[in-house]
Amino acid sequence: MSSPQLVVENLEVYYGNIRAVHGISFHVNKGEIVAIIGANGAGKTSTLRAISRWMVKVGPKTRMTFEGHDLLRYPPHKVVSELGISHVPEGRRIFGNLTVWENLMLATYARKDRHNLKRDFDMVFDLFPRLAERRNQKAGTLSGGEQQMLAVARALITGRRMMLLDEPSMGLAPLLMQEMFAALRQINREGTTILLVEQNAHMALKFAHRGYVLETGNLVLEGLTMDLLQNPRVKEAYLGG
Amino acid sequence: MSQIAQQVFNALQLGSFYALIALGYSMVYSILMLFNFAHGDVFMVATYIGYFVAVGLLGLVAASMLPLPSWALFVLTLVLTMFLASFVGILVELVAYRPLRDAPRASAAITGLMVGIFMETGVLALLGASRKDFPALIPPQTFQLGPIYVTNLKILTLGMTLLLLVLLYLLIHHTKLGMAMRAMSFDYAVVPLLGIPMNTVISFTFALGSALAGAAGILYGMSYPVLDPYMGVIIGWKAFVAAILGGRGSIFGAVVGGFMLGAIEILVAATMPSTMRDLIAYSIVLLILTFRPYGLFGEEYSARLRL
Ligand SMILES: Nc1ncnc2c1ncn2[C@@H]1O[C@H](COP(=O)(O)OP(=O)(O)OP(=O)(O)O)[C@@H](O)[C@H]1O
Ligand SMILES: [Mg+2]
Repeated sequence: MSSPQLVVENLEVYYGNIRAVHGISFHVNKGEIVAIIGANGAGKTSTLRAISRWMVKVGPKTRMTFEGHDLLRYPPHKVVSELGISHVPEGRRIFGNLTVWENLMLATYARKDRHNLKRDFDMVFDLFPRLAERRNQKAGTLSGGEQQMLAVARALITGRRMMLLDEPSMGLAPLLMQEMFAALRQINREGTTILLVEQNAHMALKFAHRGYVLETGNLVLEGLTMDLLQNPRVKEAYLGG
Repeated sequence: MSQIAQQVFNALQLGSFYALIALGYSMVYSILMLFNFAHGDVFMVATYIGYFVAVGLLGLVAASMLPLPSWALFVLTLVLTMFLASFVGILVELVAYRPLRDAPRASAAITGLMVGIFMETGVLALLGASRKDFPALIPPQTFQLGPIYVTNLKILTLGMTLLLLVLLYLLIHHTKLGMAMRAMSFDYAVVPLLGIPMNTVISFTFALGSALAGAAGILYGMSYPVLDPYMGVIIGWKAFVAAILGGRGSIFGAVVGGFMLGAIEILVAATMPSTMRDLIAYSIVLLILTFRPYGLFGEEYSARLRL
């Protein structure tokens, strides 16, 4: 059994003196889809940011490795450019003043494998044909759902070894949400490991292989999603009884 | 009539200087929300660099070691100066602003002013108080266009400025670094998540601004050939006003603001007593800002997220 692709041990996240994540440990295997579910303020976003080394400080006991590399030694842009971990941040954060095409081009900034770019652009436009139609439109004028697609597309182009997704279902109508998760499953099939955090526990647990439950900065449950879906505590707290 | 046409050329010349320098303020502000108050002195240092480059190259020409016609000499001086000046901007950012990246903006602004004073007194200490005369790279000539007379320097200033503006536009819109600058002006924090090193983009922006200040320095030095260590103060503040007038952080606005300020100054100078020029000119600017507090092309509220 090879070791997991991502190993997180004793993750503590601090905002000033406030500790938002209280020393959690988890792992993600290569090729897996793993979901972390939790309520508002549970620490989901903080956890993803810690992995990306982006905007948060972690505690002294925290250890994180990705494919054997010590994540704590990487500045945020190198987590992306050298390790191939992409991050779809909370709130999409696409560049509204750039066109769809420019948003995607910018995502190639640090790519060294130029020869794969055409393949990746083809894949992105195949997954999200709407983006192809709107490629010359300013991203700020896209609908919310289209912006979410662009955020995922952009992440796909920045790096494909692992994708971190912060609430990809947020603000999507049911039909669009189905489309989005179908696209994500396709991305996973093509070899990208996925770690997503979601408040929409039902959707996330249906989609992922394994799951963790995060409550106020602590992991309280973990397991295969089919088991979690049956778990009385999960049913009670996250699936509406 | 010819009087007016004459003044239009004067306004365009003055506006060129303001626009080129104002761009440095606006580009930095657009990505860092920081006014680089040392920029006027970056212009001054760049002009001195231009002086030494020009004198050096002319020396080589005189010694017949560099057989170049005067237009080529000018281009070479300009390019070399812009290149060297860009490092002044990079250095200012590295030394003065980078350590204060997360500090309150006021600390950075005060530091910028200090760095400016440091550069003024540094140049003074290094080169003494005597003024330097910028050499004539191109023999002055006056053309007659119908009823009006223009010097080749005015045409050169305007032509060069327009060329640089076009190049800047292409750079900002068609290179990845340019795209990264624009992206950063929209959402500063998210840029590293695309694998883009923030510091590279920031250094690049400072380099670009001070290279343009270097170009302004050469053109200015050729038209007003007396250099002194405090020459950047007034023109720097005026270019800053132009940047505010155009709309803070707006690159297009900086250009429009620069030319507009040039036009207002020349208009006032042509119609009022010369001692009143700045008083009236800047009252007009204040009046405009009263009605458009965010400048001509500034955004009323900034959409950018800084979290
Ligand atoms: N910049 C910050 N400064 C201070 N506290 C913060 C900051 N960001 C997050 N927190 C706190 O950390 C805790 C975890 O926040 P986090 O954003 O990780 O939650 P989340 O699980 O993503 O919530 P949501 O589902 O609402 O997005 C919360 O209590 C929040 O108030
Ligand atoms: Mg969150």
